[in-house]
Formats: sequence, structure tokens, C-alpha cells
Amino acid sequence: MELSGLAFYFVGFLIAGGIYAILCLALNIQWGMGGLFNAGIAGFFAVGAYASAIVTAASSNGKHLGGFALPVPLGLLAAALVAGITGWAVAKVCVRLKSDYLAMASIGIAEILRLVIVNEQWLTNGSLGIANIPRPFEGLVRGREADLLFMAVIWLIVIAVYVLCARLNNSPWGRTLRAIRDNEDSARAVGKDVEWFRLQTFVIGAALMGIAGALSASYFKFLSPAATEPLLVTFLVWVMLMAGGSGNPKGAIAGALLIWGIWSATEIFTNRLPGEWATRSSYVRMLLVGLLLQFVLQRYRQGLIPEKSPKLEFERK
Amino acid sequence: MITLDRVSMRFGGLVAVDDVSLEIHGGRITGLIGPNGAGKTTLFNMIAGRLLPSSGHIVLEGRDITKLPVHERSHMGLARTFQIPQEFGRLTVLENLMVAGNGEKGDSVFNAAFRHRNYRAEEEEIYHRARETLDFLELQKLSEAKAGTLSGGQKKLLELGRALMGNPRIILLDEIGAGINRTLLVRIAEMIARLNVERGLSFCLIEHDLAYVQRLCSDVIVMAEGRVLTRGTVEEVRRDERVIEAYFGGGKYEERA
Ligand SMILES: Nc1ncnc2c1ncn2[C@@H]1O[C@H](COP(=O)(O)OP(=O)(O)OP(=O)(O)O)[C@@H](O)[C@H]1O
Ligand SMILES: [Mg+2]
Repeated sequence: MELSGLAFYFVGFLIAGGIYAILCLALNIQWGMGGLFNAGIAGFFAVGAYASAIVTAASSNGKHLGGFALPVPLGLLAAALVAGITGWAVAKVCVRLKSDYLAMASIGIAEILRLVIVNEQWLTNGSLGIANIPRPFEGLVRGREADLLFMAVIWLIVIAVYVLCARLNNSPWGRTLRAIRDNEDSARAVGKDVEWFRLQTFVIGAALMGIAGALSASYFKFLSPAATEPLLVTFLVWVMLMAGGSGNPKGAIAGALLIWGIWSATEIFTNRLPGEWATRSSYVRMLLVGLLLQFVLQRYRQGLIPEKSPKLEFERK
Repeated sequence: MITLDRVSMRFGGLVAVDDVSLEIHGGRITGLIGPNGAGKTTLFNMIAGRLLPSSGHIVLEGRDITKLPVHERSHMGLARTFQIPQEFGRLTVLENLMVAGNGEKGDSVFNAAFRHRNYRAEEEEIYHRARETLDFLELQKLSEAKAGTLSGGQKKLLELGRALMGNPRIILLDEIGAGINRTLLVRIAEMIARLNVERGLSFCLIEHDLAYVQRLCSDVIVMAEGRVLTRGTVEEVRRDERVIEAYFGGGKYEERA
């Protein structure tokens, strides 16, 4: 019994870790390859989560938009579409900005999205949230096996996203994107439409973030504005990418699992703190993770698995 | 090939380029000389689209490109090098060249994600061309090094290589010789002359070394204080009093010496 309890703790860990891995891969496209500083990850994550919840939840009690009870894959598609379109709109306005300004603008946009989610009750049911969000293949198995199945689904999606990211990274398109990141003026001079590349990058990243949001809503089966909390999404995902290795899809996944492991472990630590500290536990944990990031970056300046230029197929001749 | 019609560039109160009208002829190697701060680089930046002129028009092969975005001018066959090297620092030397070579097929995100067969042939062709260019520039040993780690002179060579990779019709070279060793410089001059004769590739080059300009250019434009002073062969402009004035400040240099 003890053992299976631990095993299922691990399953839960891998589910959340997988969702973070998708977020981290998405940020890696935007920042690692494209040099676009998105500090509003939580916003796209939440947009995706709500899009999926609204189309897949079985009933809305007539209080808000939704109750369409569509299958989960359509929920994922809706999440990718709505988050992607949001990303497109943001990019249209902000992508010309230099990276520090883009960071500020994206924080602002995430905040706007959060306010919309909290206040537009007809759409999101406000702080009451949306319940009964389905998981894929629900009803096939029950109880803890359902978590196991969900974990398998998540990691299949992680693998698919990884393959996509690796292809993008190894292609001439990815090379152009990294060139734009390194030197915008030169990229233009050799004929690259910088704005167009950035727009594509931002939209792809945002859509993937939306998918992660949809999966998270499915996992908890319930969605409330707490999902837009930047600490648990934006902050952690940035730490993960920095620690894992910005510019390397493998590093993105490694960083996600590593930091999520450490974040989960600090919970054990903060649970033992005396009462008045325990209420501030999330800040204590943030501090710990921040210190850890400092340590990692001192040792490995480019993260655990640094960026590597892809090998060319016809190189060996 | 390129026509400038009353082009000016003002930075606040400073007039860097002042009402310049001139023509850069196709098929030739044109020299652009003048003292530091004469406005030569600024002129290149306007032709290449990095700076929007304060006034005036720029025409490339009959098309008004005054407001055309930089990348579209590049697609029209206009390439340039930067006086201060602008490498893609975290890309390898080889990638720096290849990125300048790939076109629509390689730059399509759809091909990248789903149909890499669509760009393979193009990629292979670019790869071999990039290798040849590196051989010529004697950078072959550094092909896998990150471009950001190169020396100043090596970065200049990379600039030149990158400009060649796009199969341009005209290249603007901004002091490509500065900081490059003599032997290699001679070979670069030979290559420029050869590309000009064999492929009809046009060049416009900014250079402070007059001997180098004389070797390559039959047509030299002299700029000073944002204006075109004179134009002609190196011997002609050397004899021009205004040029002597601009370069040596009315003989004060000799007085002091
Ligand atoms: N972006 C800018 N902002 C403000 N002033 C500028 C800018 N670019 C150039 N200038 C000024 O314009 C003038 C001409 O500069 P430019 O770089 O064109 O000279 P140059 O002829 O290329 O000189 P050099 O031989 O030293 O390279 C200089 O006085 C310079 O300070
Ligand atoms: Mg200059």
C-alpha cells in the first residue's frame, strides 16, 4: 500500500511535469530560438485552458458560455486555436518591440487576460470556475488507473511536441530564427523578413502553451482563475528553461522535470515550517528555487544541456 | 543600376548626407572614398534600407526603393557588408553562411515541421557552396566555431562570405580590407575583379587604402562632409584640389610635419 501510494505520487508528478515540459518547449521556441521575451506565459496557458473547458465541459448550468460536451481532442484544438490567435494579436502589436519592452508588454497582456477571466462571468463563470472538465478516454478505466492512462496521454503529447520542436530546431527555418535572434540587422540584410518569422514563432509558442493549459484543466477537471497565477506558470517555466538550457529542446524537458522535482521537494520542507512561515510558503519556495537557479547558472552558464548547432545530414562525406 | 536623387540624411542637427545625387553603374566596381565621418557608411545604410533618408529618392534598377524594407532589397539582388561586423554570434561559421543562402523552401515553417524533403536539395547545394566560400576565405578550420568567438579580421571575412552566399547582383562593401592581412587582401581583390568580369557582379566599395581602390576601381566617388566632392579615376581625383583640401585640411598637415 505504501509503495503504491508512492508510485501514484510519482504518476501525479509526471503528469504535472509533462505539462510543464510542453510549456517549456513552447518557451524554448519563443525565447531559446526566437529571442522573444514572453513574460505572459500564464496568459496563453489560461486562454487555452478556458477555451478547452468551455467546449468540452458537459454542462454550464446555464450560467456561462459552454456545456458543449465536445470530445477532448477538439478541446485541445480549440485551445491551440484560441491561444494561437491571441498570440497572433499580441505579436501583431508587440513583435516590433525590442526584447525588454516585449517583456513588459507581455506581462501587461497576461494581466489583461486575467482580468477578463475573473470579470467576464458570462464567459468563464468568474471565480466560481468551470467544473466537470473531461479527460481523454474517460470511462475506459476508473480510479488510479485513470491517472496512469492520463499520464500516458500527456507524455505522448510531450513526445509529439518534442518531435515538432526538434524538427523546427534542425531545419533551415530554425537556423534563420536563431540568426534573427542573434542579429536582427544582419538577418534583414541577408533577406529575412524578421517580423514574419517572429509572428510565426510567437503564434506557435502561444498555441503550444494553450494546449498545455487545456491538458492542465483536464487533469484537475476543474478550472478557476487561480490557473492564471503567474508564479506557478510564468516564473517556474522561465526557471526551468534557464536551468535546462535555453535553445535546446532536450534541455527544456530536462529543466522542466528537474525544477518541478525540486519545487515539489521544497513542499516537503516548507510543510515543516512553523505556522506563520507556512502561510508564506510559496514565497519561501520561490526564494529557494531562485537561489538554486543562481547556483545552476554559476556552474553551467548555458544551462544543463546547452544549445547545440544541429548536425547536417550530408555532412559526413 | 542604383540612382540617388537628392538624398539627405539628418541626425538631429547633424547633416550626415547632404543632398547627394549620384549613380552607381551596373557591371562596374565603383569606389567610395572620403575622410572619416564623410557620410559613406550612412549612404550605404540608406541604399540598403537600414536608414530611411530624411529626403530624396533611391532607385534600384528602375524601381523606387526609398521605402522598401531591407529584406526585399536583398531579394532584388542587393547585398552588403557591415563596417563593424554583425555576425550571428551563436551560430557556427558554417551556419552563418548557410543562413544567407537559403531561400523560400528552407524558410518555410511548414517544410520545417512536416516536409523536410522539400528543402533537402536546396540545403545540400547551399552546404557545398558555403564550404567552397569558407575554403576561399581560409576559414575552413573554423567552420564549426561559434561566429562570436572569431577575431575581428575573421569576422570581416565572414561578412564578405555571407554577402556572396545570396547570389547578389550588386554588393556594397564597407571597408572590407580593414584589419585583413595583405596576402588575403590581394586574393580578395582578385576575386572581386573575377566575379565582376565573369558574372557581371557589380560592386561599390568604401575603402581608405587608395592603392587598393586604384587597383580595383576605374570610377571613384569622393565624399566629404556629407557631399559628393568629385568623381573620376583615382589619378584624377588625387589631383583635385578639393580632395587634397578635404583629406589634408589645406596643407596644415604638411605645415606641422
Ligand atoms: N545613427 C546615427 N546617429 C547619429 N549620428 C550618426 C549616426 N550614424 C552616423 N552618424 C554621424 O554621421 C556622420 C557620418 O557618419 P558615417 O558613418 O557615414 O561616416 P563614414 O564616412 O562612414 O566614416 P568612416 O570612414 O569613419 O567610417 C558622422 O558624423 C556620424 O557621427
Ligand atoms: Mg564608415
